[in-house]
Amino acid sequence: MKDFAFATVAELSAALAARQCSALELTDAALAKIAAAQPTLNAFVSVDPDGARAAAKAADAARAKGEGGALTGIPIAQKDLFMTEGLRTTCSSKMLANFVAPYDAHIVTALKQAGTVLIGKTAMDEFAMGSSTETSFFGIVHNPWQPEAVPGGSSGGSAVAVAAGLVPAATGSDTGGSIRQPASFCGITGIKPTYGICSRYGMVAFASSLDQAGPMARSAEDCALLLTAMAGHDVRDATSLPHPKEDYSRELAQPAAAKPLEGVRIGLPDAFFGDGIDAPVLAAVEAALVELRALGAATVPVSLPNIDYSVPTYYVLAPAEASSNLSRFDGVRYGHRAAQYTDLFDMYQKTRAEGFGDEVKRRILVGTYVLSHGYYDAYYLKAQKVRRLIADDYQAAFAQCDVILGPTVPTTAPSLGAQMQDPIQMYLNDIFTIGANLAGLPAMSVPCGFTPNGLPIGMQLQGPYFSEARLLNIAHRFQQATDWHRRTPKETRHA
Amino acid sequence: MALSQNEIQRVAHLARIKIDDAILPRLQQQLDSILDMIDALSKINTDGVAPMAHAQPLALPLREDRVIEPDRRDHYQQGAPAVQDGLYLVPKVIE
Repeated sequence: MKDFAFATVAELSAALAARQCSALELTDAALAKIAAAQPTLNAFVSVDPDGARAAAKAADAARAKGEGGALTGIPIAQKDLFMTEGLRTTCSSKMLANFVAPYDAHIVTALKQAGTVLIGKTAMDEFAMGSSTETSFFGIVHNPWQPEAVPGGSSGGSAVAVAAGLVPAATGSDTGGSIRQPASFCGITGIKPTYGICSRYGMVAFASSLDQAGPMARSAEDCALLLTAMAGHDVRDATSLPHPKEDYSRELAQPAAAKPLEGVRIGLPDAFFGDGIDAPVLAAVEAALVELRALGAATVPVSLPNIDYSVPTYYVLAPAEASSNLSRFDGVRYGHRAAQYTDLFDMYQKTRAEGFGDEVKRRILVGTYVLSHGYYDAYYLKAQKVRRLIADDYQAAFAQCDVILGPTVPTTAPSLGAQMQDPIQMYLNDIFTIGANLAGLPAMSVPCGFTPNGLPIGMQLQGPYFSEARLLNIAHRFQQATDWHRRTPKETRHA
Repeated sequence: MALSQNEIQRVAHLARIKIDDAILPRLQQQLDSILDMIDALSKINTDGVAPMAHAQPLALPLREDRVIEPDRRDHYQQGAPAVQDGLYLVPKVIE
């Protein structure tokens, strides 16, 4: 078999269709690469060789009969907060270290039905709370571009698995930037769709009004293929939108024109180009704007006057929802239970003290506090009102432009350990991503350059509700004209 | 807004998380810095603004009132720490 390392989903799909390789060969290659990379990168929590080979054989059989679709036989990884029946789902927490889910999450079922081969489950910040994947109970995860740098988070394991060429695509979840920020730090493409597009059924809840699943892959074209399979109404999630099924690749197939982005108005919020952005990040995003203008897009200044308040708003609402959601981990129905306790209350408090890590406990305490008697109006209700102001700002901006663009993160990947002593600094780095979660808008990160030290830089596209196909098309046209998304880390290129 | 160590223990009690006194000073510092950051919200005028609870203005959907889930109790209880006769076991709460 030809070496398909760093091939895209679209390329692998074509190779499978042309019988240049089999799903079983791709699966065995992925399993071998994961085993070789695990000691240095630690991207996976669980790998399922037997299940993956069985699924690959079924995919090969389907293709031999002329059945299946674009994703039939494509190996993928699932972030370890999507429940997978029979394969443990840990949320990278001691609390769920041995938890085996009794059913599949909606998106797991959907991707299986589309013919993908589930290889394993990727590491994350514990319960998706973090921006560096350093809070995983199963050890830190390393950035393949620079092993001393964090991969970002919370979907860090998925970002690393794709960036290092272990699998062509993976899933992530995004509550405040957890798909886009690690995608930016690892040089891959990831999209958080409109809230309600992907069912949250079987996705372990962090902050239910913000959580949204999405794909992470090597290109916008691949993200479109995966999102088409993942999206869709599901009655088992009361917040799943009754939105008609879409083919998110539909605009990508249109023939390339000299100016494919003619007529697209890109809004540039002053707040996304202000102080505090690393010089190489700003330079790369500005260079991308030159490219996008050459492709025909026009840029217009827009304003998001309350966006600076998105971080404090998020750090009221997300912990509040988390404190409620994580109350289910009490040592009674599933997960860890303390070995020694005096009574029921003591069992609860010791189970939770032992099962949760420091960051999760901090957020539960903050959430419990802002919801407690006497503080609800000052914090929680206030934050819900500011959330409305931020969402309204976006609607006003989209009256003047089709999409909004800026850096995904003000910085590139920090060094391991740099942020663990100062949670506030880590929180503030989510300044550009959180707004889309608060407003429920689709947003994606697209590779657009590198620092002189070789760390990837990402730009973010945000759009109005249900504009995924347009965002993916803009990113795709940019990727047809550039090769940032096809660069690969040196460490793995010659491995 | 500073939290006293007593208040932290009260919140920890509400959250059912045992906090050792030894880590209280550091935790107090961290929570204070988070609450300081959050306090920025008090500077914004939100008079007349309706709170936004959710990203989409959805009403809870209704469905026909019939059983749609099969009984999978045994399957669901396989991961429980302690089960007997289909029931979850916890320390005695009634004397």
